[in-house]
Amino acid sequence: MNSSTHYPAATVSQQVETHTLCVLVDNEPGVLARVIGLFSGRGYNIESLTVSETEHERHLSRITIVTRGTPMVIEQIKHQLERLVPIHRVVDMTVAGPRIERELAMVKVRGKGEHRMEALRLADAFRARVIDASTESFVFEITGASEKIESFVALMLPLGLVEVSRTGIVAIARGPEGM
Amino acid sequence: MDKEMTGAEMVMEALADQGIEHVFGYPGGAVLPIYDALFQQDKVKHILVRHEQGAVHAAEGYARSTGKVGCVLVTSGPGATNAVTGLTDALMDSTPIVCLTGQVPTHLIGNDAFQECDTVGITRPCTKHNYLVKNVADLPRVLHEAFHIARSGRPGPVVVDIPKDIQFAKGLYSRPKDFQHKGYRPKLKGDLDRIKAAIELMQHAKRPLFYTGGGVINSGREASQLLRELVKLTGFPITSTLMGLGAYPASDPQWLGMLGMHGTLEANLSMHDCDLMICIGARFDDRITGRLDAFSPGSTKIHVDIDPSSINKNVKADIPIIGDCAHVLEDMVRLWRSTAKQPDKRALEEWWKQIDKWRARKSLAYRNSNELIKPQYAIQRLYELTKDRDTYITTEVGQHQMWAAQFYRFEEPHRWMTSGGLGTMGYGLPAAVGVQLAHPDSLVIDIAGEASVLMTMQEMSTAVQYRLPIKIFILNNKYMGMVRQWQELLHGGRYAESYMDALPDFVKLAEAYHAVGIRCEQPGDLDAAIREMIDVKKAVIFDCVVDPAENCFPMIPSGRAHNEMLLGDSALSPEEAITEEGKVMV
Repeated sequence: MNSSTHYPAATVSQQVETHTLCVLVDNEPGVLARVIGLFSGRGYNIESLTVSETEHERHLSRITIVTRGTPMVIEQIKHQLERLVPIHRVVDMTVAGPRIERELAMVKVRGKGEHRMEALRLADAFRARVIDASTESFVFEITGASEKIESFVALMLPLGLVEVSRTGIVAIARGPEGM
Repeated sequence: MDKEMTGAEMVMEALADQGIEHVFGYPGGAVLPIYDALFQQDKVKHILVRHEQGAVHAAEGYARSTGKVGCVLVTSGPGATNAVTGLTDALMDSTPIVCLTGQVPTHLIGNDAFQECDTVGITRPCTKHNYLVKNVADLPRVLHEAFHIARSGRPGPVVVDIPKDIQFAKGLYSRPKDFQHKGYRPKLKGDLDRIKAAIELMQHAKRPLFYTGGGVINSGREASQLLRELVKLTGFPITSTLMGLGAYPASDPQWLGMLGMHGTLEANLSMHDCDLMICIGARFDDRITGRLDAFSPGSTKIHVDIDPSSINKNVKADIPIIGDCAHVLEDMVRLWRSTAKQPDKRALEEWWKQIDKWRARKSLAYRNSNELIKPQYAIQRLYELTKDRDTYITTEVGQHQMWAAQFYRFEEPHRWMTSGGLGTMGYGLPAAVGVQLAHPDSLVIDIAGEASVLMTMQEMSTAVQYRLPIKIFILNNKYMGMVRQWQELLHGGRYAESYMDALPDFVKLAEAYHAVGIRCEQPGDLDAAIREMIDVKKAVIFDCVVDPAENCFPMIPSGRAHNEMLLGDSALSPEEAITEEGKVMV
């Protein structure tokens, strides 16, 4: 007998995909721990996660999670999330229809002279706003798809990039319908 | 009708309102106010266990044998951490449990106080849901919600962590009327179009098979009745998982026995060769499927489950039906009756012919002995001598558990309590305590192994204290038998640490607990000894000394497919099955 483990081998896996999930939850203590614990406990990936209360009267928070997995794993993630008692709804934005995904970043750049001018020019081209300035630094606020933020940050690197703070992705469906 | 009372009194009030008669627990500093309230009422009876793990297993036995919620009360810190194994067990086997844990006062939470632990943090992944109650005003709602969540949908354990100051605090209690949770609403009715599609497939199937699990039993007695009706109406063969035993009577000819790693040849080959699999309340666990890419390659799969996350987890379902088994079965029976079309009789006859050929190979056969008690023989005799009684069986985990599942034949649901998902050694003895409490006049037997039972042996004290005449039937092979079997088959016979050295004298041990000890070493003495065990009106430890070298067959080695089973040397080859039928004992 050549099967020396107590368990069946992993089966050939399907193609890995990236999906954005929107999750409506009761804003109560521990709810984020439940979501994160589910991901770590079952070996799912979290690429990005944002959370904030969005309906104050009903104490509902909206969590946006970007995750990677095979279609079967993505389906599992959705159903496992729905199993959590404080979770009201889970929508896979990637399959639900056209959507908008945005991220906000604050980018601190330090420099003088031509570097400083170049940073300002690029910020203008990317429609980033200056939200803090000193004689030797700027903080830019930039909103957009993740790729846009990535390119902006890459351009700032040789111009004196100090640090970046990003929100992670939030998503909403296009058109008149709510989640 | 609001009454003012302390948090501790609310706990007792809520338990009484929920119809809880027994709570299994162990006191400690952080639950003393609740124990004080318990002392001053007489609706809820407390069962003092000897370890918190035992409390949860006892509550599981209680719950699984009655269909009600089992209730546990333990203290903070070690009380809660000791309960974790039981809670995980209950989660894996979908058993409804409410576990109340004491907690240090709210102002000390997070301070590393004496007997503090992050109970909700620790139990979050091993409960269906859990609560930390920080305001006494929330306590009545949380308590009733906990019971609702534990018993509804796919049942499971719920922890309510109650800090000591909340137990002392006063608040208003009222019994909530038929409440609805704001977000949690399990779906009970299955999608009718899907059910129709399933019936349509069933009418055209040539090699159909029912594969049913613990979900049918959790769904209530009615579900088992409806399953029987549907199986009879269709004439299809049926096999069940370890957790599903008893939903369909084992004596019925349409029953193929248990399937899976130690299931019968006919059940597993039917799974492999069927063209339509009707899975009801089972979850395609790895002990069932074996190698996934070779699992039932030619079949269309209908999967009925109340938990959407069970569907498409391991095996892709062609017709997923999300709903409670009883509801879906009711629709199936109704639709089957109302449609005129009958299934292909000829094809079905061929299918049964094939199944009967597999059956004739007698995959459970073993070579009996006059000198040594074979464990299979012991269970067969136990079955024969107890089958006409009102009997409940619990088990520990290992070879004895598989032999019990193979050789003890269950006719009714809720009669079989075993740790399936988690595989918790030490489950059976405390579970028997819970079962016996719920059914004081029934015969409750823990079919045990000598290694497993020592893990929770202290609960013999509980059994004796409450005069519970449970029977601990130990198949003593002086090994962790299943570990030894795997070492023999897969690790070159290097028996690393699986020999049980320095075992206690179980007869003397029984006597030390003020129970009765019986030892049996000869096959010829077995019947009389079992009869004696049954007749004693006290707790019994039965030390049945069995062949230490016996292995549990049939077996699908992990990583293999259903049609690659290992059979014991007494099973017949396909040729022998035709000619030498009846030569070996089955």
